[in-house]
Amino acid sequence: MKTKEIAINLKNELLNQFEQHFDVFASANSDFVKDRRRKAAKIFKEIGFPSRNLESWRKTDLTKVLSKDYALNLSSKLEKNNIHDFFSCEINQFDTDLYTQVNGWCVEKQESPKVYENGCIVGSIKAAMHQYPELFEKHYGKYVTNEKNGLIALNSAIFSDGYFIYIPDGVDQDRTLQMVNIINSKKHEFVNARNLVILGKNARLKLVHCDDSIEFKNSLINSVTEVFIDSGAKLDYYKLQNKDEEAVILTNTFFHQEADSSLMSNTLILNGGLVRNDINVLLNGRGANADVVGLYLVDGKQFVDNHIYIDHAVSNCTSNTTFKGIADDEARSVFNGHVLVRQDAQQTLAFQNNHNIQLTNTSKIDTHPFLEIYADDVKCSHGATVGQLDKEALFYIMQRGICERNAKMLLMLAFVGEIVNKISLPTVQEYSHDLVTRRLKGELSACDQCSIECADPDKPLVFEIDMSKV
Amino acid sequence: MAKDEDKIIGDLTSSDYKYGFTTDIEMEFIPKGLNEDIVRLISQKKNEPEFLLEYRLKAYKKWLTMEMPDWGHLNIPEIDFNEIIFYAAPKKKKELESLDEVDPELLDTFNKLGISLEEQKALSGVAVDAVIDSVSVKTTFSDTLAKQGIIFMSFSEAVQEHPELIKKYLGSVVPIGDNYFTALNSAVFSDGSFCYIPKGVRCPVELSTYFRINAANTGQFERTLIVADEGSYVSYLEGCTAPQRDENQLHAAIVEIITHKDAEVKYSTVQNWYPGNKEGKGGIFNFVTKRGLCEGDNSKISWTQVETGSAITWKYPSCILKGNHSVAEFYSVAVTNNFQQADTGSKMIHLGKNTKSTIISKGISAGKSHNSYRGLVKINSSAENSRNFSQCDSLLMGDRCGAHTFPYIETNNPSSIVEHEATTSKISEEQLFYCQQRGISNEKAIGLIVNGYAKEVLNQLPMEFAAEAQKLLSISLEGSVG
Repeated sequence: MKTKEIAINLKNELLNQFEQHFDVFASANSDFVKDRRRKAAKIFKEIGFPSRNLESWRKTDLTKVLSKDYALNLSSKLEKNNIHDFFSCEINQFDTDLYTQVNGWCVEKQESPKVYENGCIVGSIKAAMHQYPELFEKHYGKYVTNEKNGLIALNSAIFSDGYFIYIPDGVDQDRTLQMVNIINSKKHEFVNARNLVILGKNARLKLVHCDDSIEFKNSLINSVTEVFIDSGAKLDYYKLQNKDEEAVILTNTFFHQEADSSLMSNTLILNGGLVRNDINVLLNGRGANADVVGLYLVDGKQFVDNHIYIDHAVSNCTSNTTFKGIADDEARSVFNGHVLVRQDAQQTLAFQNNHNIQLTNTSKIDTHPFLEIYADDVKCSHGATVGQLDKEALFYIMQRGICERNAKMLLMLAFVGEIVNKISLPTVQEYSHDLVTRRLKGELSACDQCSIECADPDKPLVFEIDMSKV
Repeated sequence: MAKDEDKIIGDLTSSDYKYGFTTDIEMEFIPKGLNEDIVRLISQKKNEPEFLLEYRLKAYKKWLTMEMPDWGHLNIPEIDFNEIIFYAAPKKKKELESLDEVDPELLDTFNKLGISLEEQKALSGVAVDAVIDSVSVKTTFSDTLAKQGIIFMSFSEAVQEHPELIKKYLGSVVPIGDNYFTALNSAVFSDGSFCYIPKGVRCPVELSTYFRINAANTGQFERTLIVADEGSYVSYLEGCTAPQRDENQLHAAIVEIITHKDAEVKYSTVQNWYPGNKEGKGGIFNFVTKRGLCEGDNSKISWTQVETGSAITWKYPSCILKGNHSVAEFYSVAVTNNFQQADTGSKMIHLGKNTKSTIISKGISAGKSHNSYRGLVKINSSAENSRNFSQCDSLLMGDRCGAHTFPYIETNNPSSIVEHEATTSKISEEQLFYCQQRGISNEKAIGLIVNGYAKEVLNQLPMEFAAEAQKLLSISLEGSVG
């Protein structure tokens, strides 16, 4: 079957389900959301799934993904009630408030979001739209455009659930929030998650978002996250994607930043069959700063595509995009960075970097660092490299009696260190460092569960010293 | 200070186009519009062999099925191909024997352009092929070159005299269906230059083609084919100008270069088509496909371009590095002003082992113009130990212009190294301050900095051309360059 037919088939199937089950999955929705859903479905009907004819989807082929027989999980009922019976993903001694989603539905706080003493609200978006309609309607759907991409329209039409976070003005949420999205199903799950994060003026938040899977089935996640960062607020956002080789994750994240706000977004992609992350940052107030970094380690037949779009709409903003990646086996990675500096966005500082290490000649690395600049008093630069490990450095290390395998490991660790070291949460940093180490060693091939004792940070990195060379 | 800058930028954007005159010469036109009969008519006028007519018709049929490319960062008004005259030629009285027989009006035209056909011959030792509208009017130096076995003549002559070479190489680097404009050019190309350097010959003079659009409502579709046989070398120059008119005129050319084992071709362009007036009216649409094939081992192709003219430029001189150890270079300065738009860059396709490519691109945008670099570096899995370095810098003069960079890097080989870097900024305040501190006026300082910025590319140009290019840059940046 041709690509076009496959996409149309699934599109029609989804639209049918939308019509048939609208009352089920939207039953608890407010009229505002119901109306939005219908509008989005109309747009999705028109534009459908993105095809490779679109410039931004030229490298991402969804044909295989869309040809699977997916099941939409339309009810929030869990097969097993106690989440801890089958899942315990906790970073060692990591003191967080954990919220889990299973197959796209929130496990905790389904009925009403948790309200902290300091006024923070965290919980299911489904519940929040009823309890905080004013807050919800002020921000929901404001930072995305359904027309841009069929996947966003689809998500807006049939999203199941997601997290809602509100940090009031001036509140420093000292406890890190951790959101875990798990797929645990015997079927091919098609999950549409929708998240909304609102930071009031001068608020502070550290958010960790993990994607994990338990059953190795062909799952498809299509998530949309909207983040509003009001003036002077600061958000640290960490995304850990550690899935199985069959999993498909398509994410669209929109950050809207007001004056003097600060964003640190760090995406770690360790495993995943097909991962496509679209990160859009709009710098809408003077003095805003966005730091968007990421790391991808791909092997096997994995495919990772990162699209980072930074829009400098006003003057005096700074942005830094740094993505690093290592491609092994037959893996393929794509980086597409786009910095737009609008007219009169003077005094802009924008940097964009993408560095890659290619280990085999069956792997493929594509990088497209774009700059689009309409203002003259700016400093913008980008750099992109594709290469291998430095032979001289390798020789230097091996000269000191360290075997080739470990020497390579050390160099790769140093290469990815720039990204991992940017994580400001010590426990997450340590955990990520450990994950990366094991990932590079090839020990971490698929979904990593913390209940398996391999993630012991106390266990030091062991070097095999090749005595014959000493 | 800010006022000074405004004045300089104002001067810069209002500098005049020197080559905007028209020459009143007797011309021969064919009916406007494009259809199969027109294609046949052009072929018939040039008395072409059967294979070429077939080639043209095949291209025409292909063109009909294609669509105008819209992926460039350009705003291209719709082109009505039925309003264009596809063939226009100065009327020939008889076969030209020597330069003395060239229409004095024509000679005068080239004198005015600073390309004196006589003087050039006597002094600088550059062989010139002068192309006006659709045909080549005179090729100088051919006889001297022929003694060394070098073939340098107009394309039409080459078709008659060396059909076997044309048949072998035409379309071998740029296939008919490569893009919309190559299909168009392949169907209606009128003239151009052909150059063949035999084995082991180092061309003693620089070869040059000068293109001039003169007639109104015409399009220029020329074709250049350069073949460098084993161990040969040639340096090739290309220049172009057009009269000042309110209507846009289309220029869609193809340049093909083939270098065999150990051969080297250096191709330099100073492009100065009429850019349109201050309101963005008129000007040439310059949609050109240039591609070189490093066929043999150790071969080398080097593109150098200075782009100052044209209302819209859509041009990506590229190289296919097929031979092992082959080398490709691309040096470019693109200046846009007023409402000019440029989307230009290079493509480097690495196929052979140990191949090396360099891209240096410098963009200067002023006024309300848009200047984009778009490039592709592709390393095939067979291209072991290949190396690429790209650098594309943009300089912005004025707050209503745009500078964009769209590089594409695709690597399939782990032993290759690809590097790309780019910066965008305005003239550094510190540099300006430093110059002024030493008593250099603001205006001169800007000139100095711009010149220094473009130097890396200008230095690549052959002597005679570098002078012209520098002159051109000064005209484009008149009032700011000392």
